[in-house]
Amino acid sequence: MEELIFEQCVQGRTGISLPAVDVPEEEIDRMIPHEYLRQDPPGLPEVTEVEAVRHFVRLSQRNYGVDAGFYPLGSCTMKYNPKINEDVSRLDGFARIHPCQGEDSVQGCLELLYNMDRFLSGITGMARVSLQPAAGAHGELAGLMMIKAYHDHRGEKQRTRIIVPDSSHGTNPASAQMAGLEIVEIKSNQWGRIDLGALEQAADGRVAGIMLTNPNTLGLFENGIREIARIVHDAGGLLYNDGANANAILGISTPGDMGFDVIHLNLHKSFSAPHGGGGPGSGPVGVKEELVPFLPRPVVELKDGRYYLDCDRPLSIGKVRSFYGNFGVIVKACAYILAMGPEGLRRAAEDAVLNANYMMNRLKEYYDLPYDQACMHEFVLSGSRQKEKGVTTEDIAKRLLDYGYHPPTIYFPLIVKEALMIEPTETESLETLDRFIDAMIKIAREVGQEPEKVRQAPHTTAAGRLDAVKAARKPVLRWRP
Amino acid sequence: MNIPVDLKYSREHEWVRAEGGRASIGITDHAQHALGDIVFVELPEPGAEFGAGEAFAVVESVKAASDVYSPVSGKITEVNEQLAASPELVNSDPYGSWFVVVELSDPGEFDSLLSAEEYGKLCKEE
Repeated sequence: MEELIFEQCVQGRTGISLPAVDVPEEEIDRMIPHEYLRQDPPGLPEVTEVEAVRHFVRLSQRNYGVDAGFYPLGSCTMKYNPKINEDVSRLDGFARIHPCQGEDSVQGCLELLYNMDRFLSGITGMARVSLQPAAGAHGELAGLMMIKAYHDHRGEKQRTRIIVPDSSHGTNPASAQMAGLEIVEIKSNQWGRIDLGALEQAADGRVAGIMLTNPNTLGLFENGIREIARIVHDAGGLLYNDGANANAILGISTPGDMGFDVIHLNLHKSFSAPHGGGGPGSGPVGVKEELVPFLPRPVVELKDGRYYLDCDRPLSIGKVRSFYGNFGVIVKACAYILAMGPEGLRRAAEDAVLNANYMMNRLKEYYDLPYDQACMHEFVLSGSRQKEKGVTTEDIAKRLLDYGYHPPTIYFPLIVKEALMIEPTETESLETLDRFIDAMIKIAREVGQEPEKVRQAPHTTAAGRLDAVKAARKPVLRWRP
Repeated sequence: MNIPVDLKYSREHEWVRAEGGRASIGITDHAQHALGDIVFVELPEPGAEFGAGEAFAVVESVKAASDVYSPVSGKITEVNEQLAASPELVNSDPYGSWFVVVELSDPGEFDSLLSAEEYGKLCKEE
């Protein structure tokens, strides 16, 4: 194992030489009150420059990302991030600006934000889009705050309930809870979709709205969506679309036409901005006309050929992010949309669905497929057959590391036992899909022939099986001397 | 699968042990097995009131976080603080690891719960 950089220290060693001070020197106690000054020197690592460089290069080589290999993490849309996005976002006019600059000197950036609002509104069938939310769950929170503000404004403060299906992303109930709403969970039917009878029962005068992912987390299209919209709207509630799975429908169908009133998109999933590694992400939230007054402020407006930030929005839920969101991510997604065009986006969605169906059909002989129907961009297998032989889905996921792949999402959605959720995306070739499928088939055979090999996996990684239980129960969160 | 005959059960995999007008509540052997290693238990405050079917606690395993639903209505009189410090007890001794003690507000609810035999059937169906 690589030692921590602190463990590589030799006392007194240093890797930097600071330049001479070119301003008059001042005693630190004259600038900062004594009680705020630390008494001991900070615990910085004492290594040379070359040691620091090698340490971090070695760590980076341990990393696995879409630039290194296939990454079929379900519900995360780990598509390739085209490098032209990086070129564009590094242009001086985008990269070397300051958020406090005057509007007149950043007209191009404001134009880009304005255009992205229009592009994403068009793609989703919404009236306007706020680009402020920093990622998907943040978009959910902003969307729910707008739904709440909308009902409150109409004098319907009793609408405090949010309906979520039992297949929902965990962020949905979590966001509802954070927004001060009450969660009502309804069960999926035998086809893995919303049970309309259960929905009718839950939809009453206390309902603020429903949160739905479409296609849902089983990779299935909610084909009752118009009926769902009618039931919820008749009850006076609104429809929130978790756009995590938007990659399946881009350019083919619009959530606005399905009856959704609010949607967030993940630019770091569906629109090819980098994903993972802690971000930054971007989770724009779009709304239908009647919710536009409640959008986070400011929004970018255009008047007499000049773009400006409109802060005069009395019904707005307020700012949800410092400045204007993760601007660089928005630039990358804009580059993607312009490069793809409407036809290209549609083709991406079609290929994503085709790839998923191909994999599902090749794998369903070897693993259980609880909802055996044509899928959208992802599908959910079950490792139940393997579990009976004493090998868990976690073991299978760990064994995939030996074959050089990032495993799929496991144990989600919760309604599938021993779930393995696979999303190939459109950016993978047939050969890549086949190689991964072959590895999955080999593992299924190993479960029958040499189960211990799978149970003990991984064998070829820098670290073996980590103790996830101990890490959760007794986490060591920082180095101490 | 261990399903003691002297307890009552809910469809959401909680067990209930009646003691006079009070009941202790925990999660079943089947539930702890399905969840896997439990790493965190979030308990309510004593004095809190819950209706039957309402979530009163959360258990988190390495796989997922799940709500624990109160099979009966009532007021929490005691919580098992030991579980917060040692969540693994729920795995090793599910029927000894009570989460809360509830003062029953409607002892009649008790009769609608499942017997060990009925609960055993439910687990098989799943």
